[in-house]
Amino acid sequence: MQTRTHPLLVAFSVLVFFFLLSPLVIIVGSALSDTSYLTFPPQGLTLHWFQNIFEISAFRRTMITSFTLAVGGTALSMLIGIPAAYALARYRVEVPRFMGNVFVLPILIPEIVLGFSLMKSLATGMGLPITLSLLVGHALLVLPYCVRVVGASLNNFDFSIEEAAVSLGCTRTKAFFVAVLPNIQAGIIAGFILAFITSLNDVSVSIFLTGPGVSTLPIQLLAHMEQFFDPTIASVSVLLMFVTVAVMAIVERTLGLTFLTK
Amino acid sequence: MPRKLRPWLLSAPALLLVLLFLGLPVLSTLATAFGDPKGPLAQYATFFNSRFRMTVLWRTMEVALITTAVSVVVGFITAWVVAQAPARMKSLLIIAAVFPLLTGVVVRSFAWLVILGKNGILNDFLLWIGVISEPLTMLYTKGSVIVAMIYLFVPLMILTLVGVLEGIPQDLTDAAASLGATPAATFRQVILPMAVPGLIVGSVLVFTGSFTSYATPQLLGGERQMMMGTFLYQRAMVTFDWVGASTIAAVMVVVTLTTVAVMSGLARKLNPVAG
Repeated sequence: MQTRTHPLLVAFSVLVFFFLLSPLVIIVGSALSDTSYLTFPPQGLTLHWFQNIFEISAFRRTMITSFTLAVGGTALSMLIGIPAAYALARYRVEVPRFMGNVFVLPILIPEIVLGFSLMKSLATGMGLPITLSLLVGHALLVLPYCVRVVGASLNNFDFSIEEAAVSLGCTRTKAFFVAVLPNIQAGIIAGFILAFITSLNDVSVSIFLTGPGVSTLPIQLLAHMEQFFDPTIASVSVLLMFVTVAVMAIVERTLGLTFLTK
Repeated sequence: MPRKLRPWLLSAPALLLVLLFLGLPVLSTLATAFGDPKGPLAQYATFFNSRFRMTVLWRTMEVALITTAVSVVVGFITAWVVAQAPARMKSLLIIAAVFPLLTGVVVRSFAWLVILGKNGILNDFLLWIGVISEPLTMLYTKGSVIVAMIYLFVPLMILTLVGVLEGIPQDLTDAAASLGATPAATFRQVILPMAVPGLIVGSVLVFTGSFTSYATPQLLGGERQMMMGTFLYQRAMVTFDWVGASTIAAVMVVVTLTTVAVMSGLARKLNPVAG
């Protein structure tokens, strides 16, 4: 197989991967630098900047908000997304075409337009508290991931297993929990974790919905960057990269990372 | 419950969430501009007659188109090499593409601040090898935004195309070669037509993604390289001109939906399997 690829193309791809990965290496390096400004290669090594993250209360606070929001928003989205994905897969023939398309809308509408519209209608119009607006915004943002990844698992599921459970005396609800759910577990975990990281990294929706006292980590990072240019930002970035690694490990163990190429 | 109602009841909560909290608010944004007392199209007339607003729109178009074009070429070549690689190598390369993709946009844009800044790594390096005698201003230029955008979207293009290119049976390319096709002819007549659906999906994702981005133009372009996303934010949250912001939002939605509609029409027409 290897012989079919021209060496020049291989060399080009090596450069592309260098281009993709070196900026991330630079962040790791500058997070460890013993200087009060960002520099690479690091001059002297220190973990001081990592300690600094937890000393800055704004980072501590927004980190907790972001994680809670990502878990809460994704959980809410899964709770309503799994039944929807089930309906789409199980009743494929009866369900009108547009229903599937509705769940693509949060991807189709530019995130920043969604953020702005939610700010006008929910936060200002209905006077919802910031945390609740953020929760709704993030649940919407990740709903397509939940419905699609769980849907992909359901499309591989043989519904005759469920029918068998029903004909053996299970109620419909019980059949779902004993026959369907265990078989789509991998899809649910992978969908959850992909939705989680999407929510955790979100800027465009959150930037309109954060307000006095309540902010998320990426928004706090943006604000911090405009004032200070010290290695603390790099060390927060490294922490976020650890989260990415954990997410990748979980996706690899459930659906496999090649799922992302489909 | 009756069988006919079941799918509706099951999907009702999710449908309601989307329709009430996305459909209504976005429609109300789109309707805002039409409610102008000077007439339904007055806001759009202002938008399209303002030299500044048009500069922002064209700049955004230009950045998004360049980003898409470069991502297509770079992504295609890389995806081809990844798809041909032996299994073990392939999974490593896929990991290397997924990692930046799942790392946040703020982190990835920040890396380019460190690289392109006045005292950044690239300037340090160029000074050190003596190509330049004083640091170049690279940040807050269109170029810096484009480089960061390409960085942002190339992994997405690679991953979209790897799956498509892997799906091309080797028998086809072997057959073309054994019938006397040169590698260039095989590429043009076999590989490219079969990759078209993937190329279209990838281009739509990259174009709409870069056209509507906020964090990257904010960090690397600043006020000077205002793009539609940053312009919308500035109008809404700095000058509190919600009607103006709604008009910008409407233009963004129209451009995005038109792109998706035109490109999926094109995909249907060019699909080698359906055709």
